Amino acid sequence: MNLTLKVWRQQNADSKGEMVTYKVSDITPDMSFLEMIDVLNEGILSGDIEDKQNYGPVAFDHDCREGICGMCSMYINGEPHGPGRAVTTCQLHMREFSDGETIYIEPWRAKAFPIIKDLVTDRSAFDRIIQAGGYVSVNTSGNTQDANALPIPKENADAAFDAATCIGCGACVAACKNSSAMLFTSAKVAQLSLLPQGEPEREKRVMDMVKQMDEEGFGNCTNTGACSVECPKEISLENIARMNREFLRANLTSSK
Amino acid sequence: MKLDSKIPEGPLDKKWTNHKSNIRLVNPANKRNIDVIVIGTGLAGASASASLAEMGYNVKAFCFQDSPRRAHSIAAQGGINAAKNYQNDGDSVYRLFYDTVKGGDYRSREANVYRLAEVSTNIIDQCVAQGVPFARDYGGLLDNRSFGGVQVSRTFYAKGQTGQQLLLGAYSALSRQISKGKVKLYNRHEMVEIVKVDGKARGIIAKNLVTGELERHGAHAVVLASGGYGNVFFLSTNAMGSNGSAAWKAHRQGALFSNPCFTQIHPTCIPVSGTYQSKLTLMSESLRNDGRIWVPKEKEDAEAIRQGKLKPTDLPEEKRDYYLERRYPAFGNLVPRDVASRAAKERCDAGYGVNKTGQAVYLDFASAIQRYGKEEAAVQGLKNPSAQEITDLGKKVVASKYGNLFQMYEKITGDNPYQTPMMIFPAVHYTMGGLWVDYNLMTSVPGLFATGESNFSDHGANRLGASALMQGLADGYFVLPYTIGDYLADDIRTGPISTDSKEFEDAENEIVERTQKLMNAKGKHSVDEYHKKLGLIMWNECGMSRNAEGLKKAMKEIQELRADFWENVKIPGNINEYNPELDKAGRVADFLELGELMCKDALEREESAGGHFREEHQTEEGEAKRDDENYAFVSCWNYKGNPSDAELIKEDLVFENIELKTRSYK
Ligand SMILES: Cc1cc2nc3c(=O)[nH]c(=O)nc-3n(C[C@H](O)[C@H](O)[C@H](O)COP(=O)(O)OP(=O)(O)OC[C@H]3O[C@@H](n4cnc5c(N)ncnc54)[C@H](O)[C@@H]3O)c2cc1C
Ligand code: SF4
Ligand code: FES
Repeated sequence: MNLTLKVWRQQNADSKGEMVTYKVSDITPDMSFLEMIDVLNEGILSGDIEDKQNYGPVAFDHDCREGICGMCSMYINGEPHGPGRAVTTCQLHMREFSDGETIYIEPWRAKAFPIIKDLVTDRSAFDRIIQAGGYVSVNTSGNTQDANALPIPKENADAAFDAATCIGCGACVAACKNSSAMLFTSAKVAQLSLLPQGEPEREKRVMDMVKQMDEEGFGNCTNTGACSVECPKEISLENIARMNREFLRANLTSSK
Repeated sequence: MKLDSKIPEGPLDKKWTNHKSNIRLVNPANKRNIDVIVIGTGLAGASASASLAEMGYNVKAFCFQDSPRRAHSIAAQGGINAAKNYQNDGDSVYRLFYDTVKGGDYRSREANVYRLAEVSTNIIDQCVAQGVPFARDYGGLLDNRSFGGVQVSRTFYAKGQTGQQLLLGAYSALSRQISKGKVKLYNRHEMVEIVKVDGKARGIIAKNLVTGELERHGAHAVVLASGGYGNVFFLSTNAMGSNGSAAWKAHRQGALFSNPCFTQIHPTCIPVSGTYQSKLTLMSESLRNDGRIWVPKEKEDAEAIRQGKLKPTDLPEEKRDYYLERRYPAFGNLVPRDVASRAAKERCDAGYGVNKTGQAVYLDFASAIQRYGKEEAAVQGLKNPSAQEITDLGKKVVASKYGNLFQMYEKITGDNPYQTPMMIFPAVHYTMGGLWVDYNLMTSVPGLFATGESNFSDHGANRLGASALMQGLADGYFVLPYTIGDYLADDIRTGPISTDSKEFEDAENEIVERTQKLMNAKGKHSVDEYHKKLGLIMWNECGMSRNAEGLKKAMKEIQELRADFWENVKIPGNINEYNPELDKAGRVADFLELGELMCKDALEREESAGGHFREEHQTEEGEAKRDDENYAFVSCWNYKGNPSDAELIKEDLVFENIELKTRSYK
């Protein structure tokens, strides 16, 4: 199939960006979206695809190309990771599009995720939220207690696992009209609050992580739920509810 | 160069304990004055950085991705081994050790593998303490599954995302140390050179990938945890950014490169679908617990399937050839990876392959769905369940075990594996070869260490499933943090390493020159074009089976391709900016050397062992034929300029506890 692409081009953090039009041809339905961008870039490099303003190949983040590293991050036709539910951009395939279509491709837009170049943004704010408390304070040693010494009810273990599958991609922030990072932050808070290992630092963790989230410039949550709809790992809104309860509880205990 | 592997004296099961009590330590006050650089934040790197920082060292951690959590360990699916014997099925440290040495076709060091098996149990304890949500049974205890090449259930897992969960555990430990200021993180940074001062590794040159700037970083020791080099084949299950450059730079600085030709081709990957293909996707080995592998018995049926005239589900049982069950009744679908891969290739080469290309076999869950459905119906106390009810229940059980893998398969291929068998084919997956290290995980360059997939140490000629995660975490949590002290004990009075020295200056200048040369080529061909060409040569001549003639031809072709690359590669943009094409070019330049060394190693090794199958050395039934008399050694290559001039040094493998046998899975 033949497609028209409208791609956000921006030289670096300080320059102004613009949408630039490219034509790609011979795209097959079995290609992944990123392989389609590879075709575009090869075309730009070889001169087969016209790149009037000489921007060169489109910069985009990607690595595993199987939906798990969380690196790929494109806003496609107004949706983070494009059409389809529970997929990352790298798992999106061209069979979802039709011949002659025009596709709009943009980077994540959020104050806390500044643009580095074209479609590449800086998401280190997420790392700093984890650094603020997204861990259990246990040192490495050869003599932690036996892994089976503490049985964990299967429901809790499974729910903790579901929350822990977040890939840190940032689609939730990109989807939210307030650029809130609640879904991401709550997934980690929920995982650790469901496990006995997370218990001792429960209050401090939620307070510190929420504080960091606010400092990074993410917006407030107004319960729209767009985050969970666009989340490639289908992280549930339940986690936000749980974090709110944890936060309330922590506030109560600390004011005691 | 004389090799000393520093294997401790004493009986096998006491070596590690004795060694730990005898090696030198650095006291806490002195640790504060010692800096360590760790390249990589995968399982091996993140665990090492976190543990070293907890002990008191000052750590600088580097990764080329935007976050340490994105290292390729994140993609590991199936599980991690540990000799916990929770299932009470006769597992033990010795058995895990034995399986690993046997699975590796007797080409690994006994002492290292035994230590790995020994610390495996601590890993699970440590991860659980960190809050890693492993799969549990209804009693709340940890669940296990089986992997290829073994007859016990010792694999711990978190659905099909075990690597993700383990890495997030290590990442959280790392994050904790970053927040304490004990680890300084350099993301979107690539190490481009190792700097030696007085023969010791004393720092690195790193490139800030966002600005293109070069930076100097000094340290008392450098640890590589940079992953494997499977991407030399272009198509592999590795991430796009995975590369061999860190290890290759080390090699160029005098670190010996061991067994480069030992590559693992994984039997269960989604087949190639077109020339635009950028990577291959693994379907976890855990699927072979329940999936049965087959091709049609008759060529006509295979032909009809390829032309789309016949559906696999229409083919009756008696017309299917479950070739692994037929050839290897004792292990069946769970034979080790190298054996399963070659068997698939054999069937496809003989004309029984499916898919349009004829380069695929089936992995079928129909029997598992029935079996689980019946079990579940019994558990639920259903009387006379209908066929539909059984199928539905069975699908549910299968979904709970492999749901995300089935989903992944469907997203890529558009086929629903609950209804029709998956199609799979072998693909490059893992590299057993890597930097030579001694028992302390130090390379032949003093002060330069290598851990995880970047070293050669534990898997011999073939790695068993679920053992790479185990090795990465063993190295990073439990081995390196102790053994590095033995080396650093000499450095307590050294003081900070200055980066103003001539050595740093020279290293930086050389990188500038090399980059300039790449940019000046101004040719016509993109970096990917060269990478794809190299990959094809490697896959055809140094892939699942190899022969002398092909390997010689490949070496010549790679030399020509390399020369052409430096003349004619086309790199857009500038040096001082975010320029992924330039970064890729640097990595491919190294692959173009490493590929040749792999072929040389494969040519030199006149035997078949594990993943290395030389057509000249096979039995009448087509099984690998090892030569223990002449090849029970680790090949260690010393850099001498061109890869074809590399000098071979041998580390003889001594087996005191295991009797060398022909590997049989029949
Ligand atoms: C798809 C897939 C599934 C797998 N499944 C399993 C499984 O189920 N069980 C199992 O045991 N094993 C599995 N493996 C193998 C296992 O995942 C890897 O061997 C292991 O995770 C490697 O870990 P590592 O820490 O050595 O390297 P990696 O995780 O690859 O990390 C490499 C790190 O080094 C950094 N780096 C590299 N070069 C540089 C440089 N020059 N400068 C700066 N940083 C650099 C990277 O940024 C990254 O942080 C699987 C592998 C694949 C590909
Ligand atoms: S919650 Fe979902 S959308 Fe947000 S970072 Fe995690 S995986 Fe991505
Ligand atoms: S590239 Fe890793 S999730 Fe898309």
